[in-house]
Amino acid sequence: MLQIKDLHVNVGDKEVLYNINLHIGEGETHVLLGPNGSGKTTLLMTIMGFANYSITRGKIIFKGEDVTTMKANERAKRGIGMLFQRPPTISGLKLGKMLTAISRNKEDNIPELARSVHMDKFLERDINKGFSGGEIKRSEVLQLMIQNPDFVMLDEPESGVDLENISLIGTAIGSLLEKDKHLVRRKKSGLVITHTGYILDYLDADRGHVMCDGEIKCHGNPREILKDIKQLGYKECLQCRHQ
Amino acid sequence: MPSPVKIPELSKSDQDRVAQVGIDLAMKNRCGSYLQMDQEIVQAECSQQGVEVLSFKKAMEKYDGMKEYTWQAVSPEKDDITRYVAAQKEPKGYVIIAHKGSNNILPIQACLYLGREQIQHVHNIIVAEEGAELHIISGCTSGAHVGKGGAHYGISEFFVKKDAKISFTMIHNWSENIEVFPRSASIVEDNGVFLSNYVCMQPVKKIQMYPTATLRGTDSVARFSSIVISTPGSFMDLGSRAILEGRGASAELITRAITKGGTIISRGHINGKTAGTRGHLECKGLILKDGVIYAIPEIEGSVVGTELSHEAAVGKLARDEIEYLMSRGLDEDEATATIIRGFLDVKIAGLPEALQRQIDASIDVAEKAGF
Repeated sequence: MLQIKDLHVNVGDKEVLYNINLHIGEGETHVLLGPNGSGKTTLLMTIMGFANYSITRGKIIFKGEDVTTMKANERAKRGIGMLFQRPPTISGLKLGKMLTAISRNKEDNIPELARSVHMDKFLERDINKGFSGGEIKRSEVLQLMIQNPDFVMLDEPESGVDLENISLIGTAIGSLLEKDKHLVRRKKSGLVITHTGYILDYLDADRGHVMCDGEIKCHGNPREILKDIKQLGYKECLQCRHQ
Repeated sequence: MPSPVKIPELSKSDQDRVAQVGIDLAMKNRCGSYLQMDQEIVQAECSQQGVEVLSFKKAMEKYDGMKEYTWQAVSPEKDDITRYVAAQKEPKGYVIIAHKGSNNILPIQACLYLGREQIQHVHNIIVAEEGAELHIISGCTSGAHVGKGGAHYGISEFFVKKDAKISFTMIHNWSENIEVFPRSASIVEDNGVFLSNYVCMQPVKKIQMYPTATLRGTDSVARFSSIVISTPGSFMDLGSRAILEGRGASAELITRAITKGGTIISRGHINGKTAGTRGHLECKGLILKDGVIYAIPEIEGSVVGTELSHEAAVGKLARDEIEYLMSRGLDEDEATATIIRGFLDVKIAGLPEALQRQIDASIDVAEKAGF
């Protein structure tokens, strides 16, 4: 599904990601762990195609196609989608209007989908304006449900969300990633940033990676890595015990 | 039902321009109509019981000069424009009176059309008597190309009596060689509500206006909204003012301004003269192409117990907002148009749905043309 080869990324004049190599197969969900400021969100924004993240070396291959120089909308149309941790507030633009604008499928029943994540009362509200942490995440999930990407990137989907909402969001994301389907029929892939690991209760991640200082330094079983981080912190984990 | 408006001498494209400023020539959704082409009054009628639409001349004859209202909200000595209109031997324009307790569910339309090179002058008087509710859509337009140009001088005096309400939605669609000088003022009495909405999305050479609402009555309310786009060569000096005199009076002045190369001066002034009054002024501007947005918000309080606030912001489209929408599959132009559309989307509390739809339709036309 996604292959990243020797990726180097600059923000302005500063190199912020180095030598990133990653392969995520069809139907797989990977987890990205790492301390704050290690470059996890930068990697997701780069994969999504945000202009501020300049690729100086390497390639991003999505479903066999080189998307390295494509704009975000071209990548989105090919099936890449992202749940943002802190999406912008857009004054005046109603959530419902945005969902209509991004819906390419006239069959989408937007009110029904909104109801399924308890966002039906927010369709006439400005996007993200005054939304709580849980409401922002539910809004993001709703947008992804309409976008229906083949590859879903999730930037801390549980941050700022209470336990009840984690269950709702986790179940919806599980559905987006076809976790309800048998392994062999599962086509959707994902890359998830998490600090707490709560979201993993709904996702059954296949593989974990740890980022530090702009590099992926460790790979392995996501639950084992998370357990080590919880017990020993990132310092011990980054001794590359799982390389 | 009032008769359909017939203006056969207009080309199809100019009839479209008339429709774009909210004028329903079929009169399906209007209860009354006033149409003035240059200085000729084509229609003045209303089918709504309790509401009169008269030419200025007829109203003066019928109501003995309308001394209670004529030049009572706007001074004839205010400036050269008012002096010019006051000096006319044959004043034109309309008088709309909603008599006590009347209520027009379908709006009245007033169309002022400028077709030749000249000065079109009007003097309008709009009265909502006690307990009446009056909704007006005023479409002001010209032929697409009026030779060397023309000018529109318009005096409008509004009187909102006790427990009455007037909503006045004005849509302009002039052309690049027309100069426009509205001079408007309203006087609002106890529990009266005055809503004034202004939309101008199309080129104009110059427009200058600064309507004033004097809220004399207890708990009286004024809300002004302006949604404007200034194209290269357009000079728009706009503003609105609310003078809060009655106890509990409140006002809200909201502007959304976009320049694509033209100049917009966005003025606003709220004067809190009495305790218990409230006012808020908001101007947001977007500079899409080099032009000028000059926001001049003024709030003036002179007693303990008046609460006034303002916010003004001028900037560009935020890149992170555009890319956020692009990450959902919209291309850059679609994302930009979607954000601008949201920026201009001001919902006016108390405005009938039909008039809100008309404002939205004007923005739709600009959106389809790529803003």
